Amino acid sequence: MFPPYLRAHRTSFMNNHAENPDGPTPSSGNDQDLLPILNQPTTRRTALKAVGAALGLAAFGKAISPLASIPENVSVDEFLQQHYKELSDDDKERIFARLEQETKESYGADVTISDHRPIPGVRFAYAINLSKCNGNGKCMEACHLENNHHRGVDQSYIRVLELPKGTLDMEEGNTTFDHTVPQEDKFYMPVQCQQCDNPPCVTVCPVEATWKEDDGIVVVDYNWCIGCRYCEAACPYHARRFNWEQPEIPAEEVNPDQGYLSNRVRPQGTMEKCHFCLHRTREGRLPACLEACPTGARVFGDLNDPDSPINYVLQNKRVFVLKEELGTRPSFFYFFD
Amino acid sequence: MALIVVIVECPTQCRVVTKALSDMSRNFSSSNPNPARGGIRVTGFARLSLVILTLVAITSLAFAALAPFSSPSEPVATERKREARFAVEIHKPDSPPLVEIGLNDENGNPITATCATCHANREPDPSVRTVEDLKSFHRELVIDHGKLSCFSCHNSADYSSLKLADGTRVEFTEVMQLCAQCHGPQMKDYENGVHGGMVGHWDLSRGPQQKNNCVDCHRPHAPQFPRMIPTFKPDDRFLDKHVPPVPESAPDLIHE
Repeated sequence: MFPPYLRAHRTSFMNNHAENPDGPTPSSGNDQDLLPILNQPTTRRTALKAVGAALGLAAFGKAISPLASIPENVSVDEFLQQHYKELSDDDKERIFARLEQETKESYGADVTISDHRPIPGVRFAYAINLSKCNGNGKCMEACHLENNHHRGVDQSYIRVLELPKGTLDMEEGNTTFDHTVPQEDKFYMPVQCQQCDNPPCVTVCPVEATWKEDDGIVVVDYNWCIGCRYCEAACPYHARRFNWEQPEIPAEEVNPDQGYLSNRVRPQGTMEKCHFCLHRTREGRLPACLEACPTGARVFGDLNDPDSPINYVLQNKRVFVLKEELGTRPSFFYFFD
Repeated sequence: MALIVVIVECPTQCRVVTKALSDMSRNFSSSNPNPARGGIRVTGFARLSLVILTLVAITSLAFAALAPFSSPSEPVATERKREARFAVEIHKPDSPPLVEIGLNDENGNPITATCATCHANREPDPSVRTVEDLKSFHRELVIDHGKLSCFSCHNSADYSSLKLADGTRVEFTEVMQLCAQCHGPQMKDYENGVHGGMVGHWDLSRGPQQKNNCVDCHRPHAPQFPRMIPTFKPDDRFLDKHVPPVPESAPDLIHE
């Protein structure tokens, strides 16, 4: 019935019970009952069994070790949170409430985190008139304030490049100019996420923490992101930013109008990027960078509306896209007029 | 039904599928070992199925050909546009404008006057074309606006208004009509939401939008957009070729 090695085991186990009908003695009986292997003569077989058991225990311990080492700034709820796309409405309500609470505790600000979904039938696109842009950088500042960026490094999703006239190679650009603008021999090109139709950053993400939504906006689930920075390396427009530090924002400067996929305060160690201010644009409002532009160089609208400003630009101006040869198919256009 | 849906979505595959099905039925009818009564029935069935398949193919091809003209997003867009119930509000300048006369009141505030305050009892002089021609007042004005003279825009018949090139009176509040006489392309862009900047809503079914008028951004006498000094700069060295010099304390750090 039993193979010999199990029969021996079974016999010793039963004998122990027969010797102690009132229960195991505290001294030796416990070990014998729980781990009868200890009561066997030391043969090569038992030694190998013991080694195997030890290795198995070690492997199990290693496998569950992440549970024991949750970082201090990550709550258990956050650790066990599902991917955004798998969350039910109840889950979202609970998670948003928790995030609002955490923002209150960490920043002392009362905020509202909402779940903004794409407007059916809308497809966003952006255009910038490089004949008008003068490099004043108000868009960067507006983005910084609107999107609850880390104040310590003056983070922004936009970079205004100063380029010598005669080239369209953005790698020739310089971001740290601080003289009066515009200079005669220069032009200025703001670069932010181009919301590609064929986004390399989405392709490379190993955990699917970033994806393209129906209205064309590429979003990030900051709580699902593992911060590997593959997307930052993959983006040909250098449009993604990494949170090296926990953002520091004075309570009175925290923008309370927040979206889960957009401008809520991001955790340290996650990637972030321009999301066309989806907490505004999906409510029908204009992006913050556009409203701030003093030159009126920025144009935003719905590609599916034939009378939208963006379609006027595409039909009447000579537009180009950045690094067209890469096949990323941006939803972001530039033109001179 | 599912077949039709598949066919509509990919016309190329539809032909392949139809061809495969007709091949199948042809093989079936030809491989029948008994060419008697049963054979006739099967051939009849095969013909019937071929007819049906042809009909399906024609219908689906018609659908596929019409598909580009009925984009699925179009009805949504037009529907939203029909609902557009908020306006684009264009900011209007004050009228008539007030000019500082160069004197201060007892509190030190500059005294202002309307154009007509002085010009009501002064005869217009058509020979005055530039600031240099003026003997008093307005000599501090910086004029840099093509070859326009004062009376190209200012109405000598009524200084509290402006005038178009054909002499038609136009109020200061309607200054955009005046500018648009020469700046047609800019006006066309403006009317299509591509010039002048804006705040508020891009979607007029959800809220209004506010826009500037010409003279909010362009000084009428020197309309070129002013030069600016950037005030905000992210601490972001990406793409910057001008690497800052290594600080002097760096070698010490290496030695430690």
